[in-house]
Amino acid sequence: MCLAVPGQVKEIYGENGMQMGRVNFGGIVKEVCLAYLPEIAVGEYVVVHVGFAINKLDEAAAMKSIRTFKDLGLFEEEFGELGAFESS
Amino acid sequence: MKYQEEFRNSGAVQRLLAEIRETVTRPWSLMEVCGGQTHSILRNGLDQLLPKEIRLIHGPGCPVCVTPLVAIDRALAIAARPGVIFCSFGDMLRVPGSDKDLFRIKSEGGDVRIVYSPLDAVKIARENPGREVVFFAIGFETTAPANAMAIEVARQQSIRNFSALVSHVLVPPAIEAILSSPATRVNAFLAAGHVCSVMGTWEYPPLAEKYHVPIVVTGFEPYDLLAGILACVRQLERGEARVENAYERAVSEQGNLPAQALLSRVFTTIDRAWRGIGVIPRSGWALSDAYRDFDAEHRFSVGGIVANESPLCHSGEVLQGLLKPNQCPAFGKQCTPRTPLGATMVSNEGACSAYYNYGRLIAAEELLCSAK
Ligand code: SF4
Repeated sequence: MCLAVPGQVKEIYGENGMQMGRVNFGGIVKEVCLAYLPEIAVGEYVVVHVGFAINKLDEAAAMKSIRTFKDLGLFEEEFGELGAFESS
Repeated sequence: MKYQEEFRNSGAVQRLLAEIRETVTRPWSLMEVCGGQTHSILRNGLDQLLPKEIRLIHGPGCPVCVTPLVAIDRALAIAARPGVIFCSFGDMLRVPGSDKDLFRIKSEGGDVRIVYSPLDAVKIARENPGREVVFFAIGFETTAPANAMAIEVARQQSIRNFSALVSHVLVPPAIEAILSSPATRVNAFLAAGHVCSVMGTWEYPPLAEKYHVPIVVTGFEPYDLLAGILACVRQLERGEARVENAYERAVSEQGNLPAQALLSRVFTTIDRAWRGIGVIPRSGWALSDAYRDFDAEHRFSVGGIVANESPLCHSGEVLQGLLKPNQCPAFGKQCTPRTPLGATMVSNEGACSAYYNYGRLIAAEELLCSAK
């Protein structure tokens, strides 16, 4: 649960007064709370931990870490565990 | 495995390793604080690629592992109550309490649910107004902003059937506890990047100065770790002891200010008993008075529970870097990921499970504390 994963912000919207968004993690799109990055814009890259974006990444750095995460299968590990449990 | 090979042969890795080899002249022990880093080091075989002078000691930074036993027992007591929906991060389910784990409570009919985000627990509370929904709010500074926001949202929206069982732990006091112990052999620290993404690096210079140790902030990816190790070794060889940020792309000195602002409202700093280690002064966050109404510990009055640890488990020494997991007599015998005796064998980030899963089955080194 320590893992924080890089992804790209696809959409930003308000929900119950809080800034939320959809973030693409190497092909897996998830809803993420963006309240801690009030200035974030669509297209920018963020690091997400347990559903919350905790900081911004520049594009070059983000692309590099997204590649490593893909190579190591970490996106599936992060989001797959929950799916496996729900379907069992 | 293909990736591992490509990684080892890559030019950047070879260059970093060559530079570390050229720089190092004496043996040094470096502690990586974070369990995510321990996992990455073993998975990528960094421990086997580094020159033998450099010893990596695994630190206490697995939140699942150090969550106090009594907090687990409280969680079990609450989760077993009829009418309660108990929400937790997935990796807490197999962490052993004194006599059960959450998974067992679930199989006995308890309504235990895994959530990915703490906000999911708030949503479950909103959708089930007739039930008490309790969220197990554990973790380091990285996870705390998410948990704090869930509690704040419940307060703002007056979701009265939501509460949180809070047991947060903090990294800088743990580093200080390790440094001030006479048994310590740690020459330098790799500080956890994501903790610093939230909190910044401003808490560390007093520690580096007081104990004269380099503290290098780094990430989790293998290149980041090697770059962090190189920065530590450079400082050690020159006799320096500074805080250095080798993870600038994700960490600033000040950290995430909106997150820190909410954290200081929702939580208050307390002494916390770390599982296996004992009480570390001012090393935890509990709910502040203003949020007391959302504190599950009070709502369910589970304050008086007494906990019992397995006598076979040495996880306390493992967490302090005094014992390698494969030096524990129960490792791989009575204790495996399927039959864990201690929390460090459960979590992905626990050193015992990382040693087991990545095949470090035989103790290659003497006890770190054998010279005593
Ligand atoms: S191997 Fe098992 S019993 Fe030994 S310290 Fe690790 S968790 Fe505890």
